[in-house]
Amino acid sequence: MSTPYTLNQYPWWKYLLIGLVMLWGLVFALPNLFGEDPAVQISGARANIAVDAALQNRVAGLLDAEQLPHKRLEMEDGRLLIRFLDPEAQLKAADILKDRLGRDYIVALNLASAAPGVLRALGLNPMYLGLDLRGGVHFLMQVDMDATLKQIEDSYVDEIRTQLRAEKVQYVSVSRIPSGGVQVEFKDAAERDKAAQALRKNLSGLQQSEPGPLSLKLSLGEREIKEKRDFALQQNITTLRNRVNELGVAEPIIQQQGSDRIVVQLPGVQDTARAKEILGATATLEFRLADEENDWDQAASTGRAPLNSRLYKDRNGRPVLLQKRVMLTGDSIVDASSGLDQQSGGPAVYVTLDGKGAKRFEDATKDNIGKRMGVVFIENKTETKRVDGELKKTAFTVEEVINVATIRDRLGRRFQITGLDSTREARDLALLLRAGALASPIEIIEERTVGPSAGKENIAQGFRAAAIALLVIAVFMTGRYKSFGLIATAALAANVVLLIAALSMLQATLTLPGIAGIVLTMGMAVDANVLIYERIREELRNGNSPQAAIHAGFDRAFDTILDSNLTTLIAAIMLFGFGTGPIKGFAVTLSIGILTSMFTAVTGSRALVNLLYGGRKLQSLSV
Amino acid sequence: MMGRFSLYNTSIDFLRWRKLAMGWSIAVLLIAVGSLLIRGMNLGLDFTGGTVIEAQYPQPADLAQVRETLAKAGFGDAQTQHFGTSRDVLIRIPPREQAKAATLSNDVLHTLQSAEGGADVTLARAEFVGPQVGQELVEQGGLAALGALLGILVYVMFRFEWRLAVGTIAATVHDVLFTIGWFSLFQIEFDLTVLAAVLAVIGYSVNDTVVVLDRIRENFRKRRKGSAQEIMNLSINETLSRTIMTSFVTLLSVIVMYFFGGVVMHGFSVAMIVGIVVGTYSSIYIASATALYLGISREDLLPRAKETADDRP
Repeated sequence: MSTPYTLNQYPWWKYLLIGLVMLWGLVFALPNLFGEDPAVQISGARANIAVDAALQNRVAGLLDAEQLPHKRLEMEDGRLLIRFLDPEAQLKAADILKDRLGRDYIVALNLASAAPGVLRALGLNPMYLGLDLRGGVHFLMQVDMDATLKQIEDSYVDEIRTQLRAEKVQYVSVSRIPSGGVQVEFKDAAERDKAAQALRKNLSGLQQSEPGPLSLKLSLGEREIKEKRDFALQQNITTLRNRVNELGVAEPIIQQQGSDRIVVQLPGVQDTARAKEILGATATLEFRLADEENDWDQAASTGRAPLNSRLYKDRNGRPVLLQKRVMLTGDSIVDASSGLDQQSGGPAVYVTLDGKGAKRFEDATKDNIGKRMGVVFIENKTETKRVDGELKKTAFTVEEVINVATIRDRLGRRFQITGLDSTREARDLALLLRAGALASPIEIIEERTVGPSAGKENIAQGFRAAAIALLVIAVFMTGRYKSFGLIATAALAANVVLLIAALSMLQATLTLPGIAGIVLTMGMAVDANVLIYERIREELRNGNSPQAAIHAGFDRAFDTILDSNLTTLIAAIMLFGFGTGPIKGFAVTLSIGILTSMFTAVTGSRALVNLLYGGRKLQSLSV
Repeated sequence: MMGRFSLYNTSIDFLRWRKLAMGWSIAVLLIAVGSLLIRGMNLGLDFTGGTVIEAQYPQPADLAQVRETLAKAGFGDAQTQHFGTSRDVLIRIPPREQAKAATLSNDVLHTLQSAEGGADVTLARAEFVGPQVGQELVEQGGLAALGALLGILVYVMFRFEWRLAVGTIAATVHDVLFTIGWFSLFQIEFDLTVLAAVLAVIGYSVNDTVVVLDRIRENFRKRRKGSAQEIMNLSINETLSRTIMTSFVTLLSVIVMYFFGGVVMHGFSVAMIVGIVVGTYSSIYIASATALYLGISREDLLPRAKETADDRP
C-alpha cells in the first residue's frame, strides 16, 4: 500500500453527490410521513355537469346541516374533494351526498394524501398502496371470444340467406359449422359460382373456399378475426368503465391484460356483491320513432306520457318522448362502427343490420322520412337489498335515450347516423350500439377482495415488522461491529429512505409482499456491510495498518458484493416477469432495494467511514 | 454486549466430510422427493382454483356452528378453520362450476350474516380463482423458477468457470428441493407468496454461494501451493464468519416477519427461513464439493489473459 494517509478520502464532489442523492430521497419520501385523510370525491357524471363553486357551497351547506365535521373542501382537476377527520363521518357524508346530489354526480370514497399542498403541487405523492393494503376488490374478467365469433357467424348466416334470395340464387342450406365458418350447400355448380360472385361483391370481408363440389365455405379472415376480437375487448372495457363510474370509485383501474382479459381494480369498494351486479348487467337496444305531436318538456313537467308514447331521458337528463311501438331491437344489428361522413366530413356512426332486421327497418322508415327516431339503451340489472333483515334480489331496468336523429331516407341494411358533436361521441355511440347488440359474454375468472379494516391491519403489521427488523439489525450490527455497526445502520436507514423515495417517485404499487421485499432487502443490504467489515478485520489480522485495511476491505469486497447482488437481481427480474399483482410488488421492492442498497452500503457507508476515519493517523480500529 | 464469535482463524477441514455431507444431502433430498411424490403439495387457492373467504366475527366464533350453518345452505364441502385469532374464520370451498363460482363469496357471507349471531360478521378477505387461472400460474411459476436458474447459471459460468457454475446450480437446486420438500412433508399451504419466497431463496442461495466461490477463485490465483481441496477449505474457513453473519442477519429479519408480519406472511417467512438455513449449509458444502468432484484445479481459474499472452510469437 502506498501512502496510507491519503487513503480513504473522497473528493468533495463525491460527498456533494451523495448529499444530493440523500436530499432527493428525503424530499421524495417526505409525502409518506403525512398519512391519508378519509375523503369523499365528487365529480360530474357527464361532461356537461359542472363541478364548480356553486356545488362547493351546496355541499358545504349539506354537510353543515347534517353537522358532519370535515377538514376542508378542495377543488382539483374538475373534482371536489372533501376531507374528513374520521372514516365514520366520511361514510355518513358519502351516503347523504349520494342521496342529495342525485345521478348527476359521482360520489366516491377516497383516501387522499394528507401531505401539504406545496408537496402535491410539486408532484410529490406518497407510495401507491395496492388493494391488499388499502382494501378493495380486484377482478380478472375474461371475454368469451369463441362465443363472440359464434355470434358474428350466426348473424352472417342470416345475412347470406338474405343476400342469396335477393340475388335469386338457389341454395339448399346455409349453416354455421362447428369448426368455424359458414357453409352453403347448392344443387349445382353453376348456382354456386353465381353465389360466390354475389357474396364476393356484397360481403367482401369474408374469405371463400370450396370444401366440396357443391358447397361454398365462407369464413372470417385472420385479420378480421383479430379486429373483431380487439373490438369486442374494447367494447367491454368501455362498458365496464361506464358501469364503474356508476359505482362511485375514486381511482378505478380498468385495463386490458393479454388478448382477451380485462383487469378491474376498485380500491375502497366494500360491497362486492353490488359491484358484481353492476358490472354484470346486460344491455339491449330499441329503435323507436319520436312522438312529434306532443310537447316533450310539458310531458316531463307533469311526469305523464301521452297515450301511445313513453317518456325517456337522454344522457344529459333532457326529456325525450318516443312512441310505444318498437321499430327494431338490438339483436338485428350486425355491426356498428364510427367514422367520418363522406359528404359532410363530420363524425358518423355506420350501422349494419342483418337481413330480417333490414327488411323490417325499411318498412318502418319508408313512410317516416323527415321524422325523428330515438335509440334507447336498456340495461338489465339486479340489486340485492336488505328488506326486513332478509336479503332480497330484485331485477330492474335502466333506460336511456342515447341518440335522437332525423330519418333522411329509407333505411336498409347499412345506414349512418350523423349530426354528432364529436368523433368521441361517435365512438361512444358505436360502442354503446354494439354493447346493446352484440355484448360478448364476459365472466369473472379471478376475484380478490380485501376488506378495508383488513387492509389497514395488513399495512400496520407490515410496517411494524419492517420497523422491528430495522431495530433488531441495528442492535445486532452495533453489538458486533461497534461504530462501524452504527455506520451500517445509518446506511441501512438511508437505504430504506431511498427505497421509499424511489417507490413514491415511480408510483409503483406497494403490496404486502412488497413490504416483505423491503424487510428482506434490509437483511440483504447489511450483507454488503458484513462482507466489507469482515474483510477489514481479516486485513487487520494479516497485519495491515488500519487505513490500508479499510481501503482494502472496501476495495476487495466490492467484486463479491456486485456478483452476489446481480444474481439476486436476476431472480427478482424473473419474478417480475412472471408476477401477478402482489408478487410483482415483491419483485419491484426487491429489485429497487438491491440497487439502492448497493449505493448506500458501499458508497454511502464508505463516505461515512472516510469522513470519520479518513486522513487520520489511526493506531487501531474497533471493528 | 455480544461477544466475538470465535469464527476466525478456523481451519476446519470441511471438505474432509464432503462424502458424509453429500450422503446426508442426498438422503434428505430423497425424502423430499419421496414426500413430493407420495404426499404431494398442499397447493393453495392460487394454484388449485376455488374460493377462500376470511370472515371476522365480533366475538369468538364457534367453528362447529359455522360448519353447520354452511352445510345447511348447501356448502357442505366447505372447510373451516380459525385464522390468526378465534374471531377470524377461514372458509375454503373447492372449485365449482364457473357460473356459480363468481358470486360464491357473496353467497357464503350472506349465509353467515343471516345465521344467528352473525349479523355483524364482516368480510376481511375473499379470493376466488378460476381453474384456468390456477393452471396458468402453475405453468408460469415453473417457468419463472427455471428462467431464474438458467439466468444465474449463465451468469456464474460467464463470471467463473463451468465446474463452479454447476456446483452453484447443484447447491441452488438442493435448496429449492429442500424448501419445497419441507412444505410437502409438513403439508404447509403452498401459495403464490411462497412461490415468490422460493424464487427469492434461489437468489439468496446463489448470493451466498457466490461469496464463497469468489474467495476460492481469489485464493487459487494468489496461492501457488496447496491442493484444490486445501485451497477450497481455506476459502470456506476465511469466509465462514461472513457466511454465518449475513445468514444470521437476514434470518433475523425474516423471523421478525414471521412473528410480526401477520398470518398472511407465515408461508412466505417459513419458506425464507428454511431456504436461508439450508442455503447457508449448501453454500459451504454442496457448491464446493460438487466442483471438487468435477475435478476443479488451479489452471481452471487462472485469468484467461495469460493464455493469449503465451500464444504470442
